[in-house]
Amino acid sequence: MRGRDEEWTGLMRAANAGDAAAYRRLLEAVTPVLRAATYRGLARAGQPVDQSEDIVQEILLAVHLKRQTWDATAPFAPWLFAIARNKLIDALRRRGRRVFVNIDDFSETIAAPAAGDTLSPGEVASHLDGLPQRQRDVLRSIAVESASIKETATRLAMTEGAVRVALHRGLASLAAKLREP
Amino acid sequence: MQTDRLIAALAADANTAPRRIGPVLTLALLAALPVSVALFMSILGMRPDVRTAMHNPFFDLKFVVTSVLAFTAIVVSLHLTRPEASFDRWGWLLVLPVVVIILGIGAEMMMPHQRPWLTRLIGNNAMACMASIPLFSLPFLAAALLALRRGAPAHPALAGMTAGLLAAGLGATLYASHCADDSPLFVMVWYSLATAFVAAVGAFVGRRVLRY
Repeated sequence: MRGRDEEWTGLMRAANAGDAAAYRRLLEAVTPVLRAATYRGLARAGQPVDQSEDIVQEILLAVHLKRQTWDATAPFAPWLFAIARNKLIDALRRRGRRVFVNIDDFSETIAAPAAGDTLSPGEVASHLDGLPQRQRDVLRSIAVESASIKETATRLAMTEGAVRVALHRGLASLAAKLREP
Repeated sequence: MQTDRLIAALAADANTAPRRIGPVLTLALLAALPVSVALFMSILGMRPDVRTAMHNPFFDLKFVVTSVLAFTAIVVSLHLTRPEASFDRWGWLLVLPVVVIILGIGAEMMMPHQRPWLTRLIGNNAMACMASIPLFSLPFLAAALLALRRGAPAHPALAGMTAGLLAAGLGATLYASHCADDSPLFVMVWYSLATAFVAAVGAFVGRRVLRY
């Protein structure tokens, strides 16, 4: 557990220094842990656990957009779990439940139940349609069709810089849409 | 959308590192400063005897109190932008301006030749003070809330409240140079009421706009 936390902290430091591969590895490493914790949190609140993937995606978006609030001298895990807890509570509240989320849900590691990616497009994707066209096209291309920035730029006849800007804005607008009650 | 694809998109966006909130908050407050100063100069302006007043320690004490309030509230506000931050560990800093004012009241009590304490407490400008501090705080409050939206506070209302405190501290610093009431008793009562009002507005708005 300590080893895991140190690894995450190291990856996040590398990510802040501009290492996108480390950043990706970090997000991939935390996802199963978030998935397991969200799953447990939903089960405990008596909610259908099939929403857990939506909430995991919301947490990942928040982690991404708020990563400047992580203090590089502090361990990464408490910061991550604080965001996760907030997002889980928020998601449950939106579904009309007053809930108490057990802190332990986010502090133990238990193997994730079913690696489940949802079959439905999911809540995050369902907000894609509400975005301005450019952001939507870029996000579709990169997040749904797994194109690279370069391929997306060619495909949409945009500069790579414009693709990056649209991607960033698109992710921020997605997060804002998810926040709406 | 599959989660691994979302991760790929986030990683593709990894290099647009968001700016840290400290510098953003500083810039926002610096941008609000001329607005508040212009409001202040056009509506009130400094008191005419400001040069002699500067030799009165109780006049100067008002600036110490209001700047300590602004400074500690900035520190606590920045701390609360972190999702794992707890108010308990840093919130006590906000007691500092109260300590300063209480020391001031004690010092004034020991001075000879003074007007009755109730006269000093009520002063001449209570209503102007109550209206002016919120007015001059408003540009700072708007700027602070805008900057703090980049944060991830666990308790948005609390974060909004400290934004209100920092705005009130800055607004009151401006107002203090107009205010002819220098007694720490006056400051304790009326400045605090005005500050509490701005803090309440901050909490109310923050609860909505600082959620992440």
